[in-house]
Amino acid sequence: MAEETVKLLGYWASPFALRVKWALKLKGIQYQYVEEDLPNKSPMLLQYNPVHKKVPVLVHDDKPLAESLIILEYIDEVWKQNPLLPIDPYERAKARFWAKFAEDKCGPAVMAAFSKKGEEKEKAAKEARENLKTLESGLEGKRFFGGETIGFVDIAAGWIGCWAQMTGEIIGIKLIDAETMPLLDAWFKDFLEVPFIKECMPPQDKLLEHNREFHKILTAAST
Amino acid sequence: MSSSAMVTANQLIIMAELKLFRTSSSPFVLRVVWALDLKGIQYDNIFEDLSNKSSLLLQYNPIYKKVPVLVHNGKPLLESLVILEYIDEIWKQTPILPEDPSERATARFWAKFGDDKVLPSIWNAFIKQGKDQEEAIVTAQENLGCVERQLTGKKFFNGETIGLVDLAFGWLANLLSVFEEVCGVTLIDHEKFPLLLEWIQNFADAPIIKESWPPRDKLITRYQAFHEVYTSKEAPK
Repeated sequence: MAEETVKLLGYWASPFALRVKWALKLKGIQYQYVEEDLPNKSPMLLQYNPVHKKVPVLVHDDKPLAESLIILEYIDEVWKQNPLLPIDPYERAKARFWAKFAEDKCGPAVMAAFSKKGEEKEKAAKEARENLKTLESGLEGKRFFGGETIGFVDIAAGWIGCWAQMTGEIIGIKLIDAETMPLLDAWFKDFLEVPFIKECMPPQDKLLEHNREFHKILTAAST
Repeated sequence: MSSSAMVTANQLIIMAELKLFRTSSSPFVLRVVWALDLKGIQYDNIFEDLSNKSSLLLQYNPIYKKVPVLVHNGKPLLESLVILEYIDEIWKQTPILPEDPSERATARFWAKFGDDKVLPSIWNAFIKQGKDQEEAIVTAQENLGCVERQLTGKKFFNGETIGLVDLAFGWLANLLSVFEEVCGVTLIDHEKFPLLLEWIQNFADAPIIKESWPPRDKLITRYQAFHEVYTSKEAPK
């Protein structure tokens, strides 16, 4: 497939754009990457995603697609190699359920712990830990959510391991630990060691610094 | 065996055991009811009293403890939009998602927009008062404007037939006017939302859909009660 027919608009520190990079990498899809300057969104981004004005946007044969989990499903349907979703409909439904759970319950909870102060921060961190513990049950004792290999839920939820660890460092409260969630802890470590996953990650020190700055801004705003 | 007899025999095998844990009019439940009915699938209804949830429901959905739950051969399916995708994958007649991947992505996008943006913004407009309500109405109408534009040149969001996005927005067709009546505000009018109003009529009149239409008087009573609870909690600005 010619490189110019697939374009990804992203941001280097966005975990949602990262999901799409991971999927494209896994399937060996060539694409053109466009780095957006988020405080200064390009007319192209605003044209491609007028509803949300966000990254990532995947443009395939001039058709723009938005919302990272929806983009993952699209990629899986168009490029059949290294499938993300299982074949069995019930297993697919379980995968969609856990991806949605990670999206609705884990991501925002980690974000809340990251952006709040004092008692609100403690409360948010507690909720994040509880939701992460629930996410652990979705592993069903497997190495990855996809079984022996990376699948849809791993790519959907994988960023949370990395961001939760960084958040824990920044706010001083551990969100994932080996004692209370040994399987999830092992999962995120294994996930980040997978070569194609590692290759797409933004530089860790740069990301940590970026998030520290972001944290300062957010906690200065909330009183 | 004739091909239609074979399809029926296969359907009987697949249907084997299909139970839907539900309430009579929950927006999320009705999506599943409509999808099953449109495909002519037989199932058992298990009505839940949400103030007194059955142990079976809690066993099948321990994380969210909510309806709908579709149990197929003993295996629970949760989250209405996930359930709709499952139904479409198992029962191929009367498809609710298009075949083309980019059209499928577009359908999923608008279904998500409905749940993430439209529903919460309309609920907000419903439960708030005073200036808060005015602001909530503006947001709700902006969101509805995006939805209106999706109907340009189409009878249903899915085209000529009902699809995922129509089912996902079905609650708009039966609840929007209920909200408007209960809290005395107009969210959509013929001038700004002609297509949406036409869609509401087409959807409500569609065969199969109208057979599971929640009675309006029951909805009014129900949402009147909700409205009283929420507006007594919130002090108007």
